[in-house]
Amino acid sequence: MAPLCEMRDISISFGGVRAVDGVSIHVNPGEVVGLLGHNGAGKSTLIKILSGAYKADSGEIYVEGEKASIATPRDARRYNIETIYQTLALADNLDAASNLFLGRELTNWMGFVDDDKMEAETRRIMARLNPNFRKLKEPVSALSGGQRQSVAIARAVYFNAKILIMDEPTAALGVHETQMVAELIQELKKQGLGIFLISHDTREMLELCDRVSVMKNGQLIGTERVEDVTEDDILSMIIMGKKPDKAA
Amino acid sequence: MTDVSAPQVKKRTGFQALEVDTRLLGMIGAFLVICFCFNILTEGRFLTPRNIFNLTIQTVSVAIMATGMVFVIVTRHIDLAVGALLATCSAFMAMLQTRYLPDMFGLGLGHPLTPWVTIAAGLLVGSVIGAFQGWLVGFLAIPAFIVTLGGLLVWRNVAWYQTSGQTIGPLDPTFMKFGGINGTLGETWSWIFGILAVAWALWALWSARKAKIAHDFPVKPAWAEATIAGIIAVGILGFIGILNAYQIPERRLERMFEARGETMPEGFTAAYGLPVSVLLLIAVAVAMTLVAQRTRLGRYIFATGGNPDAAELSGINTRMLTVKIFALMGFLCALSAVVASARLTNHSNDIGTLDELRVIAAAVIGGTALAGGIGTIYGAILGALIMQSLQSGMAMVGVDAPLQNIVVGTVLVAAVLIDTIYRKKTGGR
Ligand SMILES: Nc1ncnc2c1ncn2[C@@H]1O[C@H](COP(=O)(O)OP(=O)(O)O)[C@@H](O)[C@H]1O
Ligand SMILES: [Mg+2]
Repeated sequence: MAPLCEMRDISISFGGVRAVDGVSIHVNPGEVVGLLGHNGAGKSTLIKILSGAYKADSGEIYVEGEKASIATPRDARRYNIETIYQTLALADNLDAASNLFLGRELTNWMGFVDDDKMEAETRRIMARLNPNFRKLKEPVSALSGGQRQSVAIARAVYFNAKILIMDEPTAALGVHETQMVAELIQELKKQGLGIFLISHDTREMLELCDRVSVMKNGQLIGTERVEDVTEDDILSMIIMGKKPDKAA
Repeated sequence: MTDVSAPQVKKRTGFQALEVDTRLLGMIGAFLVICFCFNILTEGRFLTPRNIFNLTIQTVSVAIMATGMVFVIVTRHIDLAVGALLATCSAFMAMLQTRYLPDMFGLGLGHPLTPWVTIAAGLLVGSVIGAFQGWLVGFLAIPAFIVTLGGLLVWRNVAWYQTSGQTIGPLDPTFMKFGGINGTLGETWSWIFGILAVAWALWALWSARKAKIAHDFPVKPAWAEATIAGIIAVGILGFIGILNAYQIPERRLERMFEARGETMPEGFTAAYGLPVSVLLLIAVAVAMTLVAQRTRLGRYIFATGGNPDAAELSGINTRMLTVKIFALMGFLCALSAVVASARLTNHSNDIGTLDELRVIAAAVIGGTALAGGIGTIYGAILGALIMQSLQSGMAMVGVDAPLQNIVVGTVLVAAVLIDTIYRKKTGGR
């Protein structure tokens, strides 16, 4: 069976820098694929090509076996690809509901945005994701890092994603909130979503992911099933840029 | 799991329960202080129906453009060409109604279609020029500052070429009804409009409250709602009452009767009432507020101003958005050109000179943040009103023209300073 989503031989350069160089990754339904690597390895750039923020210089994207053309974030959303960006990508001057529905506002019969309905929906999803979330009326600039993160997560999971991209979703979170995100990932996995997860925390990645891909200087070092490797193997891949010797 | 669908109700008492915007209160307060000070300095001549009428019609043209400038500044752009674009539109419309339509298209003088074709064509020209500038900014990535600085020179002088620098007039009589004193509703219709406006405001308040209750959101106490409704009703009807108190001078009335071949009955009086231009401004204010608060376009404008990258990543076509915003600005410049030239009863070569500064100042005094993402339509209109009352007030008191400009410039900087401090205190809003 074809994977849920596959990026094949993707390359992109900024000026002279090859930010991503011939990388191929894929994800199956109900699978979490981790992306690891140093800062500047090209992880964010790679997934931004999938989310439509950048256009690859070369390479192809397949969704459910069909070749997909993703040139804008709007295209990606049409393929049910949702993204939580490392920068969160929130409009700080707007409230949680306006951010959650940004670009996909609910409207009433006259075509006007229906703020009350959006606020009610936001309350509903926030009750599930972050029960302590209260500041619905305030601009998100008034929220804590964790609360802002919840808004970004809510936006990605509200619209029935099939493919979810999470770029360092726990970077701004405390221990308790990180745990909640981990539970959410397990739940979404059970629902059959394919998830690309980026994180710096190797141990956390080995717990959450089914497979991990390691990148360095824009290139893919290798992809391993988590059962087959130790944390040290992964660390040496990240640092040395070499696959572990499978002597056995 | 905790139930968040039942929101926590913070008890607000007294004044707080009104939940009115403190910034709005501050601006209204500043405006009232200015009015009362000038009224004292002019020994009561500032707050007469006649002066309030004049103040209102002088404000309209800048206020209309200021509402568009809010969107431009909210998206982190600027438009320095609004005064020049107004001149180009005004020149085009003046030539169209006095030369091209009567002569070239053979409509003849005083054809009933002339004013309407003129206005439609003028609005189209303004929108297209605006859209073109927006395209330069959005798609070719030339900074708006540069595009519109160039535009300021270009359109000012395109206006000049169209008329060879001459004053063009008199304009079409129907066209001139949009200027102010030459087109007013009269007493009865003004009251009818006022009552309809009050009814609409009450309905809007009531339906907003009903919608909140339907979603289980907290609402203000009934007395607070009633107080706000009362203030709005008194405000609207008071304004209409003042305009209706401004009587048309007897000699002018006599001439109006003579023009119809009648003689004026003994003791006949009539009031001007609400000017058509003010009606136009109210329509623009309502429409622009609706766009800002209740449409996707408005939502995208504010989102883009708050975080352009986030807007882009949310699938908003920010380049096309820029074109739309500048096209809207151009449309409003053309509308202001109708009002401004109609008020002066002709097109003069220097029409709209320095308007770009007045318009930007009105928006900024009205609380639009140059950093983007923040601004209100009512704020910009109030800002225009504050600027105009300062200027007219000083002229009435007899302040020298240079000193007037020094004061206005100082007020602009001071207003932004106060705003900056206010934002810091209230947490970055
Ligand atoms: N928009 C851009 N313009 C120029 N260079 C970029 C841009 N985005 C990323 N890069 C470069 O691409 C490389 C990969 O960056 P990134 O994908 O953010 O890494 P990671 O997410 O793995 O930390 C870096 O060298 C970075 O400087
Ligand atoms: Mg990154």
